[in-house]
Formats: sequence, C-alpha cells, structure tokens
Amino acid sequence: MADERTALATPLANDSGSTASSTRLKLEHVSHHFGTNSVLDDITLDIAPGEVVALVGPSGCGKSTLLNILGGLIRPSKGRVLMQGEARPDCLNPLTYVFQDFALLPWRTVEGNISLVLEDKIHDDIARCERIGEMLRLIGLQDFANAYPKQLSGGMRQRVGIARALAVRPACLFMDEPLSALDAQTRTLLLEELATLIARAAITTVYVTHNLNEALRLAHRIVLLSRRPGRIKTIIPIESSIDKRREGDANLVSAEKRLWSMIRDEASAADKELDDAR
Amino acid sequence: MRGEGQVPFRAASFSPRHRPWSGAATLAVFLLAWQIGSSIGAIPDLFLPSPFAVARALWRHALSGDLWTNLLASLLRLAVGWTLGTVIGISVGIAVGMFTLLRSPALALVSALFPIPKIALVPLFIIWFGIGEGSKYATLAIGVFFPTVISTYSGLDNVQRNLVTMGQSFNLSDWSIVRKIMLPGALPSVLAGFRITISVAIILLVAAEMIGADSGIGAFILAAGNLYRTDDLIAGVVILSLLGLTLSALLTRIEQAAFAWR
Repeated sequence: MADERTALATPLANDSGSTASSTRLKLEHVSHHFGTNSVLDDITLDIAPGEVVALVGPSGCGKSTLLNILGGLIRPSKGRVLMQGEARPDCLNPLTYVFQDFALLPWRTVEGNISLVLEDKIHDDIARCERIGEMLRLIGLQDFANAYPKQLSGGMRQRVGIARALAVRPACLFMDEPLSALDAQTRTLLLEELATLIARAAITTVYVTHNLNEALRLAHRIVLLSRRPGRIKTIIPIESSIDKRREGDANLVSAEKRLWSMIRDEASAADKELDDAR
Repeated sequence: MRGEGQVPFRAASFSPRHRPWSGAATLAVFLLAWQIGSSIGAIPDLFLPSPFAVARALWRHALSGDLWTNLLASLLRLAVGWTLGTVIGISVGIAVGMFTLLRSPALALVSALFPIPKIALVPLFIIWFGIGEGSKYATLAIGVFFPTVISTYSGLDNVQRNLVTMGQSFNLSDWSIVRKIMLPGALPSVLAGFRITISVAIILLVAAEMIGADSGIGAFILAAGNLYRTDDLIAGVVILSLLGLTLSALLTRIEQAAFAWR
C-alpha cells in the first residue's frame, strides 16, 4: 500500500529529483503542401520547456500535420524543427505521441502494449515489469493488465495509450485529439485526469484539438490556426495554473466565448469547403 | 392506413445463422436417400455404388492394409509439398510486402505464372525432378506457392498503417516493427490463405499421383477406375473428402487459438 502511494506521488520523478522537461521546441518557417494543396504556411513557433501548447483551428487547417512535423513523422516541404536541451537521462523516446485512434496492437494485452515500446530499450525483464506496473497504477489500469483492447471501453483504451506514452519518459508529448474518439462523459472524466497528469509531469506538450474547452482546460498557450493553408492567427496565453482550473470557471467560460467568436466564421467556411486535401 | 393495431415487426430475415446440427442432418438425409435409391434398385450398382457398398470397400481395404499404405504415401507428399510451398511462399510474400525493389518484378511473375494450371505441368516436372517423389513435391509446392505469396503480401498490405507509424514514433527498430506489428497483423490473411492452399494441395496431390505413381490415394482411385471398381473409386474419394474436412477443422482450431484477441 505504502509502495503504491509513493509510486503515485512521484510517478515521473527522475533520478535528479526534477520532473520538469528541459526540452524546447522551435518551429522555423515551416510550410507544407500535399501535392498542389498548401496545408501549412510559414509557421514559426517557440515552445518553452515544460510548456503545454494547444493547437486549435477549424477542421482541415493542418493541425495534425503540424503535430506530425513536430515529432518527425512528416518531413515539412519547407522550414525546420529544432529541439533544444538535454533530455532526462532515463528518457527512452524523446518525442512521443498519444494517438486519436489509440493505435493499440489488438493482439497484445494492455500490459503487452506498454511492454512493446519498452522491449527494445529495457532488456531486463524485471525492470520492464516494474515500469509497466508503475504505469498501470498511475493510470488506474492495474486490474486490466491482461485484458485485450477489444475488451476495453474507449476511455480505457486511451488510458493505455497515455500509459504507453508516459512509460518511455518522454521529453515532449504530442497528443493528436486524444479525446475526440470518446463519448462526452468519458471525455470530461479523462480530461480532468489528463489535466492532473500533465500539470504534474511538466513535460513539453503539444495538444491538438478542435475542442476549445479542452484547450482552455489544459494549455498554457492556445495557438489558433487559420483555415487552410494553416497560418498562426493568434496566440492566447492562459494565466491560471493548470491544476487550479476547474470545469465551468467564469474566466474560462468567457475565454471560450471570445475564442469561439474569433473562429466561428472560419469554421463555418471550412465546413463548406470541398475536401480534396485528404 | 386507418384504425389502430400493434406495430408489426419488420426487421426480420437477412441475418442467416449457423446451425451445425442441421448441416449434419442434411448429410444424413442425403446418404439415406442415396442408400434407399440403391436398395430399391433405382440407382444401378455400377453406375453409383450404395453408401453401404462404399463402406464395405473401405473396410476391406482398411483390413488388408493397402488403405493405410496409400494414405500414408499421400499424407507424406501432402506434408512435404505443402510445407515447402508455404515456407517459400511466405518468404517471397514478405519480401514483396516489404521491399519496393522486389514488389513489381515479383508480382509480375506471380501474375503471369499463377493462372497456369499446374496439372498441365506435371509431365514437365517428371522430366525435371524424376518420376519419384521429387515431381510430386514440386507439383504441390508450386501450386501452394502462388496463393501463399498473394495472401502473405496482401496481409502485410492490410496491416493498419497507423500501427506501423506508432511503432516508428516510439523509435522501435525496423526488425521489431516487422516482428511485432507487421507479421502478427498479416497472420489472419496468411491463415485464411492456408484454407485455400490445403484444398489446392489435395487436388494437385491426386492429379500428380494419377500421372505417375504406384502408391497414394490418387493412384488407388485411378486403378479402381481402370477396373470399373466404382465402390473402390468412391471409397478413395470419400477418403479425400475426409482428409480435407479434418485439415480444415484443424485449421479452425489453430485460428481460434491464435486469434483469441479478436
């Protein structure tokens, strides 16, 4: 029991005692096009160590493309991404994703899915099991270690996705609409958990969403993209600390209204666009 | 549309269900009708022997032992030929599924050679590999090879790209991605291919044994046919059918064990 408490209290502490990520990300004049379709246009952005940035914009504005460029999954047509700062010594995969569709291997159990990303790096079976156990406790999945993904609800599946991402002690965390495949109730619950985790982990995080509520709940800064080709329209800093924010806070609600008024025309126009970019 | 009444249920039918007992019952009724037809003389014995006569022939050959000799010879050919074709087919299928360089050349060859009826090539195989076991193994292996290549590479093609991207995003080695994501993802398609290749192998086995063999179920059937021993002929065919059923049931078991996660 005591053992479990310490694990929960310092889930992501490294040997030096500091939990904060010291990795800075810089996007320099990044543009991208698929074929003749320009998706992103001259994006320059500096993401501070430990900062949580939400990328928000109408559908098709290139948010996900930008996220994949950030983590090296798409080569940008122009510009570059820089990563600065030493990663923690125990970091196994500096740039780590949480996927919208979970991307779990259906033939592996919960435990096996987390194990997958550790097997290449932690060869000691006992150490690996300990790490898996720590993650399962962190995310409340202890009782589901041997369940297959198809047996889990969407919320549980995404918990596995999050546990898998945190298991490698990432320097930067990229979340691509992690809650959008979930129903509204699960989404609200998991959003709170995610906010707590993110606030505590202090990992440099980029969170893509079209949900303003999520962005306001989780981010230090909201980066608003225009519709295709995506350009940075405005950047809105949110002052209050993440773990103190609550659903329905008056200033969050008014900020959401303000944001929505800024993007509703674009969102409506984007909705009526013919979609040949996909 | 006047008046009132209970709303009728309209979403019936179009959802066939599986009823194993009715399948077995169908076979039983079929055999019974056949036997009755023979017993009352509606079906002449030389034209089509009765199920009872076929059973008697089976029993006779089981007792004399030549049923087992022939079955064993056929099973050995089936095992060696099928395994050979499957191993090579899976290897080539993986190469086609993984490497751009090999894909188009290998697929061109497969497309050109797959439609050739292998039976037509048996005499050639006898010239190449001898009248002995070599030509039988080769016939089966080549027949099995092409469908296996196709089921393997299309299985690999259908592995969800997002799982591969996930593996890459976690910096898994290429070898890990192949072993832990691509191959398990392709396995359902490969096993579905086994269903086809087992039938193909049985068909080719009989053909090869009819052209140049003195043992095996195919040779047994051919000899029976030459002597107009239709009861023996049907007995051999029954053995083939049972062989196919048994192997298919075995495969179902393997699939159930391998795909507990589905």
